[in-house]
Amino acid sequence: MKYAYYPGCSLHSTGKEFDSSLKAVCNAMDIDLVEINKWVCCGSTAAHNVSRLMATALPMANLMLLQDMNLNEVIVPCAECFSKFKIAQHNVKTDKKLKREVIKAIHNDCNEDAKIIHPLSIFSEEPLLSTIPTLVKRDLSGLKVACYYGCLLTRPPEVTEFDIAEYPVTMDNVLRAAGISTVDWSHKTICCGASFALSKPDIVVNLSHNIIEDAKSAGADAIAVACPMCHANLDTRQDDMEKKFGTHPQMPILYFTQLMGYSFDISPAILMLNKHLTDAESLFEQISQHV
Amino acid sequence: MNTDEVIQIKEKSFSFTDTVAAVGGIDVSFCYQCGKCATGCPLVHEMDLTPTQLIHAVQLGLKDTVYNSKTMWLCASCLTCSTRCPQKVDIAEVMDTVKILIQREKKKATVPSVLKFSKSFIDNLKLFGRLYELGMIAELKLRTLNFTQDLAMGIKMLKKHKFNLFPGISGSREVRKILSQVRKQEKA
Repeated sequence: MKYAYYPGCSLHSTGKEFDSSLKAVCNAMDIDLVEINKWVCCGSTAAHNVSRLMATALPMANLMLLQDMNLNEVIVPCAECFSKFKIAQHNVKTDKKLKREVIKAIHNDCNEDAKIIHPLSIFSEEPLLSTIPTLVKRDLSGLKVACYYGCLLTRPPEVTEFDIAEYPVTMDNVLRAAGISTVDWSHKTICCGASFALSKPDIVVNLSHNIIEDAKSAGADAIAVACPMCHANLDTRQDDMEKKFGTHPQMPILYFTQLMGYSFDISPAILMLNKHLTDAESLFEQISQHV
Repeated sequence: MNTDEVIQIKEKSFSFTDTVAAVGGIDVSFCYQCGKCATGCPLVHEMDLTPTQLIHAVQLGLKDTVYNSKTMWLCASCLTCSTRCPQKVDIAEVMDTVKILIQREKKKATVPSVLKFSKSFIDNLKLFGRLYELGMIAELKLRTLNFTQDLAMGIKMLKKHKFNLFPGISGSREVRKILSQVRKQEKA
């Protein structure tokens, strides 16, 4: 299987471990990811606050780069980028006036047919879902994980075309296939505070704390995420949570690809398990002893 | 909202409602104030008007009430409201539209740090084509003059090599071209 790959800005910087672990997991499953040459930022959390045309033009400019690659299916792992791509494509399909403006702005046509794919979608479908258990080399059944989907993978469902919006199960199915137990909990899709990370951090501390507390009360040892922004908010704000609420949550936050990769026995250095501010490595040390 | 206030609705007020529809592509007239958007909003406790009240104010053409509210600046764009609305009003898009209109009319943002973040982000894209986080954070600090916020966390992240120390410039020309063309078209 061969796909174009759009890592997005975060996966080249604060979310490097998502990039590295995704590539390793895809390699194990014989998925070939070809990074788009000269891709640019999708506009992310900022463009839609400033201009609807800008927020649509940036993703559409990236999708046009696919045509030079003779590929029309692109893997977009960052939930923020995934959402911006899906929304932009949906908007040019449904708003002809906007489409004309976009064509003018990017000096190019609109790629309305490109298939924008989140890795969880293909991992949770056949043939890959059945391939995952065959690659498992470490027993992680003692690990209980809360799968956090955040906002942008599932909403709005008619645009993202990803799982059930109110209670998604895709990530749970993928991790279960990798032999990991996942818990039922109520904060799967409740916002972490998103791009307020830098402009209103107090909001992020409150919302992310609620999420971690709920995962704890459901008995989770760790939270799995599919979004570098969710990861940053949940992982890096735990010291602030201690200052505000008195106790340090000590909740490891991992990308779902790091968990899959660990069960496939991919080396921790490639999975970059040491990249997180909240310690995640000792979680595996405890689990490994059980094997 | 102050309930004692007598709301003056004039015919010309509705030109604001029409502007929101024209810029954002959203017809707010379908909203019948069921309150579902406010119930599910994770940030409603931070807002002065609930999302439902904000949409109602847009329906009534109460431009000043809308512009003076903090609500749209405190929207995290989680899209819960737009997903759940039984009338399919894209409330989050209305929030974006109001923010865009405020900038076009050069009116004041009631929560300045949020707009400063967006501006720092876009400036960064113009320079580098892809987000250079340290550069963006530096500009945001200069805009907000809040240099100590998150310093300890930032140092921890640097130690973990979370940030790229130097920016790339791949695609920066392309982004500049698109953004200046967008600006030209929006002025026309």
